[in-house]
Amino acid sequence: MKVDKIEFGIVSSEMIKNISAAKITKTELYDHEGYPIEGGLMDPRLGVIDPGVRCRTCGGTVGECHGHFGYLELTRPIIHVHYSKIIFALLKIFCRKCSRILVEEKNMEAVKSKRLGFKEIVTLSKKKCPHCNTEVKKLKFIKPYTFVEGADTLNAVQVRERFEKILIEDLKIVGLSTRPEWLILTLLPIPPVTVRPSITLETGERSEDDLTHKLVDIVRINDRLKENIDLGAPDFIIEDLWELLQYHISTYFDNELSGVPPARHRSGRILKTLSQRLKTKEGRFRGNLAGKRVNFSARTVISPDPMIQIDDVGVPETIAKELTIPARVNEKNMEELKKTVLNGSDIWPGANYVIRPDGRRKKISELNKEEISNEIVPGYIVERHLKNDDIVLFNRQPSLHRMSLMGHRVKVMPFKTFRLNLSTTTPYNADFDGDEMNLHVPQTEEARVEIENLTMVPKNIRSPRFSGPIIGAIRDHITGIYVLTKGERKFSRKEFTQLVRSVDKDVELPDKESLTGKEIFSLFLPKDLSMEFKSNSGELVVIERGKLVKGVIDKASVGSETGKLLDKVEKFYGSEFAKKFIYNVTRLAIAVLTTAGFSVSISDQDLTDKARRDIKEIIEKIRKEVDDTNEQFEKGELKVLVGRTPKESLDHTVKTILRNGLNETQKVLEKEIKDNFTLDMVKSGARGSLVNIVQTAAMVGQEMVMGERIEKGYYQRTFPHFKPGTISLEATGFVSRGFKDGITPFEFFFDAINSRESLMDKSLKTRHSGYMERRLVGALQDLKVEYDGTVRDSANRIVQFLPGDDGMDPSKVQRGGINVGEIANRLFKS
Amino acid sequence: MSEKSQTDYSKAELPVRLIEEVDEVSRKMGLSKEKKDKLIEQIKKEYEKESFEPGESIGIIAAQSISEPATQMTMRTYHFAGIAGIRVTYGLPRLIEIFDAKKEPETPMMTIYLKSEYNNAAEAAKLAEALVEKDIMNIVKRISLNLNENSIEIEVVDKRRTDSVFKSLMDNLKNQTVKMKGEKVVVTVKTEDVKELQKVKEKILVLRVGGVEEIRNALVRKEGDDWIINTIGTNLSTVLKIKEVDEKKTYTNDIYETASALGLEAARSVIVREALKTMQEQALDIDARYVMLVADIMTFDGEISSIGRYGVAGAKTSVLARAAFEETIKHLVKASIRNEVDKLQGVFENVMVGQVVPAGTGMFDLIVRSEEE
Repeated sequence: MKVDKIEFGIVSSEMIKNISAAKITKTELYDHEGYPIEGGLMDPRLGVIDPGVRCRTCGGTVGECHGHFGYLELTRPIIHVHYSKIIFALLKIFCRKCSRILVEEKNMEAVKSKRLGFKEIVTLSKKKCPHCNTEVKKLKFIKPYTFVEGADTLNAVQVRERFEKILIEDLKIVGLSTRPEWLILTLLPIPPVTVRPSITLETGERSEDDLTHKLVDIVRINDRLKENIDLGAPDFIIEDLWELLQYHISTYFDNELSGVPPARHRSGRILKTLSQRLKTKEGRFRGNLAGKRVNFSARTVISPDPMIQIDDVGVPETIAKELTIPARVNEKNMEELKKTVLNGSDIWPGANYVIRPDGRRKKISELNKEEISNEIVPGYIVERHLKNDDIVLFNRQPSLHRMSLMGHRVKVMPFKTFRLNLSTTTPYNADFDGDEMNLHVPQTEEARVEIENLTMVPKNIRSPRFSGPIIGAIRDHITGIYVLTKGERKFSRKEFTQLVRSVDKDVELPDKESLTGKEIFSLFLPKDLSMEFKSNSGELVVIERGKLVKGVIDKASVGSETGKLLDKVEKFYGSEFAKKFIYNVTRLAIAVLTTAGFSVSISDQDLTDKARRDIKEIIEKIRKEVDDTNEQFEKGELKVLVGRTPKESLDHTVKTILRNGLNETQKVLEKEIKDNFTLDMVKSGARGSLVNIVQTAAMVGQEMVMGERIEKGYYQRTFPHFKPGTISLEATGFVSRGFKDGITPFEFFFDAINSRESLMDKSLKTRHSGYMERRLVGALQDLKVEYDGTVRDSANRIVQFLPGDDGMDPSKVQRGGINVGEIANRLFKS
Repeated sequence: MSEKSQTDYSKAELPVRLIEEVDEVSRKMGLSKEKKDKLIEQIKKEYEKESFEPGESIGIIAAQSISEPATQMTMRTYHFAGIAGIRVTYGLPRLIEIFDAKKEPETPMMTIYLKSEYNNAAEAAKLAEALVEKDIMNIVKRISLNLNENSIEIEVVDKRRTDSVFKSLMDNLKNQTVKMKGEKVVVTVKTEDVKELQKVKEKILVLRVGGVEEIRNALVRKEGDDWIINTIGTNLSTVLKIKEVDEKKTYTNDIYETASALGLEAARSVIVREALKTMQEQALDIDARYVMLVADIMTFDGEISSIGRYGVAGAKTSVLARAAFEETIKHLVKASIRNEVDKLQGVFENVMVGQVVPAGTGMFDLIVRSEEE
């Protein structure tokens, strides 16, 4: 069965009566024995919430019976708060005496044809009724539910009377298809008890739902009002009670009305009423309907495992024994499934449940496992444990893009964490400092097929965001492959056999006594691959027919998000090959690092005496230049830049001097620092940059806050130790030392100011970009490509005739689009 | 689009850009007609393989592709563009501003190119000077109140400007009499109240006498061979009429102003360019196609609408999708009074009722069983 539409509308009193199973009259909920009272708010005809009881209306048990509405006859009509604005507009549009529309005949066409809103119709309305000539009185709306006409307050009875007289033709003109008097309640629908279940506490006490509390108030006041009217109580008492009933019913609908004190529980807690149930992130819409809780899922801490394939996920045995896959028994798998059943639920690979052809579920236990195993015939369904190579979905929050949820193959492992290949951390944005991830087991064949064909890790190597590889080598992988391919280092037969065989035992080894690092790497390249590109440090890399001839392999070739080689391999040899290629390259890199060794030390950043002297000179130069500029500024001789104040010009000049100084320092370091492991990491693009080395070895540089030098803190100075008005370098956040040499207390505090700013920035940023994403998704979620190649929304309106102006899918195209020249070369040159 | 490529377009179902590239390559390599056809055949195959498949949820992918890197953007609001240095909003705040389709950008800016005959430093500097909006305050030498005659006397620094001051006063002060007296401009006020006189004086001081309205500053910059004027403040429709200005290249970062001066398509391309520029400034890599899609949904119904509850997301046909997005109660109340019907054609509505979503593999409701052998 398919739901194909949902209609919204307003129910009439009759309708409320018709759908109701009970009339609510009593204020008590239970009798002295604790049974629900008939005619009370927990009337047994309204549905069942206790197990074992059958519904008095439909005979269903808990789960079968969804509950039934009841109704409460209101002693006096009540205005529905959410509609009070509309009621006010209608009061203005229709005559107070004859209830005809106040728009003149000659303006009628405009109202009819343009489908005007209420506001526009109100402006067209006359001051005098065109039908009966009654003067229109001034109407005022006092939020949330009071209307004042002239000097008198209009009560709900009067409003309802007017609305009842409105002709259907007039309603059609304003575009209303419901009777407006239904906006004023005479009967209040009482929701089924299943909507507001009561909980029995351990003490045996019953704790009622917020809605029930609210309804009890309503019924009680309604009763009191009735009594008082019957007794002929004075008007003001009746008015007060009526107002009170209005208040209770209003807060029953919405307990966050402005100008109305929220209804509270006895404990002082604000009640959660109908509107509060629907609203906000935790409400019914966003919390329960847009996001649903699921079974067959697991969550635990992740840890790295470089030995498993990139599309594998290591699943702890304990989890594998809990998560199951329904396997339908047939001749071919019967024996195997019988064995799993015999293993029971405690021994992996076992099974937890069996479903007989008649639909009965049976739990497998130590006692009955043999019996069940014997009774299994084709047609049974065995809910067996997760096994190796089962397909599952793996996810890490925040799920910022579609690569945050990918299909993996299960590898059942000991211990208690999910294991993840390091290359797949990039799309998930995961690290192993305590991150947890979720795993979902698909339960149907269709789901498995979709995962296999659409969302497996290899299919996601190419990111739709920038049409390049998002999965690739990271960190040590890059240093490793860089160390291997750098220079012409030779590996003896024993060495290279060790290296290559630890990665892949099928690769054919050349009959040579020794191989260079480049040759070893080339063993894993496709034999017909040729390309040229620039490496991370800007050198030329040449690959000719599967041989790395020149240059070094680094971030620019195999790194995630940047790898040009990966890009090409994925495009021309397919995603499965690319997956193996990434695995081989990363394994090779790790093998190189573990055999050749790679260690960094603080002494990597030792400076030569010459470098020290040079840097000192640079700092002196900066200091002098800045002092000069400051002096010029104080004398008022500084050249003012166009469109800037003198102060801004000073800042700009100083900032330029400092920037240049830092660049010079960097150049000195580049020249003076010897080739070492730390520099290898920087050059290969594995981690860190020259700036980091400069900051540790030479100087940290200017600390900036909000893009400016630090000026605030104390009166006219940054710290009380400076003279007011100082603008010297030291007093405005310049750090002239490196972290290794140590920084002064002032410098330390400046650095802390900067750190704090970036910390705050980060938390603010996540919120803003999160909301932007929600809005973008809200605006774009229904857009899809249709059969005819157009992009349309859910109302079938065409947004783009050709997606992206050329119809090409960024998740399929090689970076930079179709390369015509290259295709031509391939076609005609070879 | 050149004449040539237009004629070629009818022959192949390839995008214009690719056809142009094929032409270019075959000319360079000197390919024969036969070989060129073979090349086109190959490109077509490639193109078909790489184009979007029906059902692709392009909208969600676009939203994700834009906002995933946005997490890495800076929050810092301002930054000085170029060496000349104009303060501009950038990073995440600017991106949000673009998608919000704010009526006025926080830092309105124009980039003015000059026609080839005026493309030199002197002309650029002259024009830049002329563009900047000037109040009487900026050019006045002395302004004094003559209490005997109830008048205000204005003396201008540059005598040549006196005429324009006179004209401006004549145009703007309808109730007062404006006269020339020697080199002074005299405004006579009818009241005898000194306070009133002061008020008129204040009013006079902020009257515009030159330059273009809204343009508060203009800086000249050289970019390649071009002399470019960057302005703070924008007024596209007026600037485009200036004869030195190259109206084909000049642009503003104000979406609405572009729309009113050049039309909606131009506004669309401003959205695309500005959004892409903001991303690229932060070295974030994102395919332009997604930004185009966002720009298209913001403009495709004939006017600029923002992303968010008052724009695209609030104008959706589905009640449930709107209610789930923001202002749940408001949308439900409105739907009930109008007797709206949700036909469950979108993604969210179907998730809500637990049905297969009509996108991707869920879009197809007919399964054909292939002949069994």
